[in-house]
Amino acid sequence: MNTLEARQVEKAFGRTHALRGLSAKIEPGEIVAITGPSGSGKSTLLHCLSGIMRPETGEVHYAGERIDTLDEAARTKLRREHFGIVFQFGRLVPELTAVENVALPLLFDGHGREEATTVARAWLEEAGAADVADARPAELSGGQLQRVAVARALITSPKVIFADEPTGALDSVAGERVLSLLLGAARVNSATVVIVTHDNRVAAYADREIVLRDGVTAGEVMA
Amino acid sequence: MSIGHILLGLLTERPKHGYELKREHDERLPGAKPLAYGQVYATLQRLQRDGKVAISGTAQESGPERTVYEITGEGTADVHRWLAEIEQPAPFISSPLFARVVLALVAEGSADGYLLRQRSAHLERMRELTARKSSAGASVGELLAADYALHHLDADLRWMETARQRIDELTREIRA
Ligand SMILES: Nc1ncnc2c1ncn2[C@@H]1O[C@H](COP(=O)(O)OP(=O)(O)O)[C@@H](O)[C@H]1O
Ligand SMILES: [Mg+2]
Repeated sequence: MNTLEARQVEKAFGRTHALRGLSAKIEPGEIVAITGPSGSGKSTLLHCLSGIMRPETGEVHYAGERIDTLDEAARTKLRREHFGIVFQFGRLVPELTAVENVALPLLFDGHGREEATTVARAWLEEAGAADVADARPAELSGGQLQRVAVARALITSPKVIFADEPTGALDSVAGERVLSLLLGAARVNSATVVIVTHDNRVAAYADREIVLRDGVTAGEVMA
Repeated sequence: MSIGHILLGLLTERPKHGYELKREHDERLPGAKPLAYGQVYATLQRLQRDGKVAISGTAQESGPERTVYEITGEGTADVHRWLAEIEQPAPFISSPLFARVVLALVAEGSADGYLLRQRSAHLERMRELTARKSSAGASVGELLAADYALHHLDADLRWMETARQRIDELTREIRA
């Protein structure tokens, strides 16, 4: 089973202890929100769970395998094959058009350019961003960037979807649409979803919430 | 705001009978407390006395014969006057959440446990509302009512987080 688990994970940046012995377990198909105040370690946890970052101590397990000890190449392979990641602010490749950005994961997977582009256009359509398919990231609004980033994360039908503040603040009906798209696609594939958010209304879309405070889950905070 | 204004507002569409007004009130304002039929009847009597509605006939569907009311010119003017006003922003300082936080500090020295439990209850309610909102066939009224409730619960949660941080900071200052 594709269970995702962090065990006593610690991660520091210089003297800042972003994660301080954090443990969390996420079951396959679960939709989990990671919430907490700014600076509480949400993004760092997401990066450790998705193999982008390696914690200094503790362990990260995915599908019965320890992944924090894998080398860079093996973790990259794991991410490409199993994970879809929506970064905060989208992080699209600025030189490529929206449709090229969305097609990228398929090209890495060895699909032909034409096929990849056709599928990418369909995903952009699904994400309500068909009209900006040929625009470059610099020409897109925040909401459009997020939709393109969501389409790119979903195109490989990942087993786990990680999203860091995918809607920014959910102050628009457009943000709800991005979220529905992401969760709808996840449901179709019985994918696990891990959403980092500081917005309670986004957290309410999840089955469960993990509250972070100062690098640990809220229940564990010492007085 | 009063039931009178709501009934008058619903009557601006076309003449309706009392039972129809009750049903529409309950359906179109899904967050509101359902109206008792007696309340509707008494309000219509008062509106008629004040010249804001008039009897326009009777209707018989399957049940008993019902009196149909129509809005008068005076009633229409009243609705628009009402819509031109605003609701007084409520101060909300008498919230039971607020009382519990203060008394948890007084009686137990910490509100952390309470705040976490309350957060989880609030979020559970928000989950229910979100699920209802996302379900197919939700009416505009249901969507608006769910949004309204979600925003208010969200405001509570944000206040609770601020309260936690505020208490943390003050406690640290006292200890230092
Ligand atoms: N690359 C980095 N370099 C230095 N400090 C970092 C870096 N990434 C995160 N931090 C620090 O680690 C803490 C946790 O950050 P982060 O995980 O981004 O929190 P969140 O996503 O909850 O806002 C913060 O104090 C932040 O400043
Ligand atoms: Mg972050």
